[in-house]
Amino acid sequence: MTKGMIIIGAGECGGRAALALRDLGYDGPVTLVGDEPHLPYERPPLSKDAMAGNAPEIKAIASDAVLAERSIRHIHSVQAVAIDRAAHCVHLSDGSSLLYDKLLLATGSTPRKLPMPGLGVRCVYLRTFNDALAIRAHLSAGNRIAIVGGGFIGLELAAAACRLGAAVTVVEAQPRILMRGVPAEIAKIIHEAHEAEGVKILCGDGIAAIADDGAKARIALAGGQNIVADLAVIGIGAVPVTGLAAEAGLTIDNGIAVDAELRTGDPDIFAAGDCCSFPLAVYGGRRVRLEAWRNAQEQGALAARNMLGAGEAHAAVPWFWSDQYGLTLQIAGLSDEGHSTVRRDLDDGAFILFHLAQDGRLVAASGIGLGNTVARDIRLAEMLIARRAKPAPEALGSQTVKLKSLLAA
Amino acid sequence: MSDWVEACDAEDIDEEDVMRFDHDGRTFAIYRSPDDEYFATDGLCTHEKVHLADGLVMDDIIECPKHNGRFNYKTGAARGAPVCVNLRTYPVRIDAGKILIQIG
Repeated sequence: MTKGMIIIGAGECGGRAALALRDLGYDGPVTLVGDEPHLPYERPPLSKDAMAGNAPEIKAIASDAVLAERSIRHIHSVQAVAIDRAAHCVHLSDGSSLLYDKLLLATGSTPRKLPMPGLGVRCVYLRTFNDALAIRAHLSAGNRIAIVGGGFIGLELAAAACRLGAAVTVVEAQPRILMRGVPAEIAKIIHEAHEAEGVKILCGDGIAAIADDGAKARIALAGGQNIVADLAVIGIGAVPVTGLAAEAGLTIDNGIAVDAELRTGDPDIFAAGDCCSFPLAVYGGRRVRLEAWRNAQEQGALAARNMLGAGEAHAAVPWFWSDQYGLTLQIAGLSDEGHSTVRRDLDDGAFILFHLAQDGRLVAASGIGLGNTVARDIRLAEMLIARRAKPAPEALGSQTVKLKSLLAA
Repeated sequence: MSDWVEACDAEDIDEEDVMRFDHDGRTFAIYRSPDDEYFATDGLCTHEKVHLADGLVMDDIIECPKHNGRFNYKTGAARGAPVCVNLRTYPVRIDAGKILIQIG
């Protein structure tokens, strides 16, 4: 008898996987288990558009009607507490249990926590819609907002808070913002955009102490400076949610370790999205873990295909974007694979950095500009990266040479 | 209905490319296919209202520049996550080198 498919984690990855199973014609039971009270929803707006209005709204991946129509059972507000691999059974926090033929772990990631104890309502993290609601309530004109960590979530929130009239200070322990994965030339543009809007950015200074008395957050920097804020939002990275997998005896290696088909060491258990590390074919199988919306979506769909026996290897090129003020940043590939860069200037101050490996292969492209000015060329670069192309640096650097023409080469 | 409006010169759009056209408070995207035919759709992606004219045209597909939602621009059909709502299309004709669309 068919026991069906169980997906643990009802975020972008899990939600897409459930829909993909139906798109592929699977007609057995599909159960999506999530620990949040909401429908599966898109997280990227939480640090961007959702903050712009008076109250954040859920951008659902599938409505109740769609879930019902597609016979996807969504169990919300419940955690998976144990996997009995021998019995093909998942135990849930409400005491119930579910049997599976194939199981997908799409447990995502969770904000990395500061090691200081005693932080409460004035020192918060952003991951969920409910986190966004709580943060939005503090983003008003005249309020002082401290952002700990100059990464994407922190900077996007800083931009949103600034637009709402709050006085924003960003604290980054590294010598510059966006140290991880963003070239200095592009980080500088973003840094300047924030300063032009009145955001204060303090780099190269770590936190010595942080306290939350329920009314204010007080931050003491190692360099001696003190910051008092109505709200501190901590955005210092994310860690994969692996506890369930680890307790079930699955291998953890910077995330739940899976093969190119997103399968764990157990042939009936898959993992996808933020929670897993996988071999990235485009860089010779280098094991990576990606925290990105598109990766979550693509891996959710790929996991669904492979749960149904497709045996398809992951082949996508990493891609992500960030919006701050009117600027959009897009990066295809991992720029740390690069050895040299070639710059292509586009209209209106937009530009793209192409990252080339020592043998001339295009391995990544990072672009920034107003609106979606870099989008088309970054997409074409992504295709060139996927083909392991070695385009002539002169052609990449010249705005008069269409990137599309390099694809045909 | 004969509400045809002139959008641009046929030569303004490269083959396998797209151009934005705004008219009377509305925005459209006009496409020239690799086999040199012209098509028109609503200008904004049905997912998050992003201008499709900033996206990439490959064969008969337009891809949203923001989240890679795909549509067949000849039919308006949505072609995969995150888009699930089709794009409205409009009749196009060429008259004396000009592209006209019936915006009805």
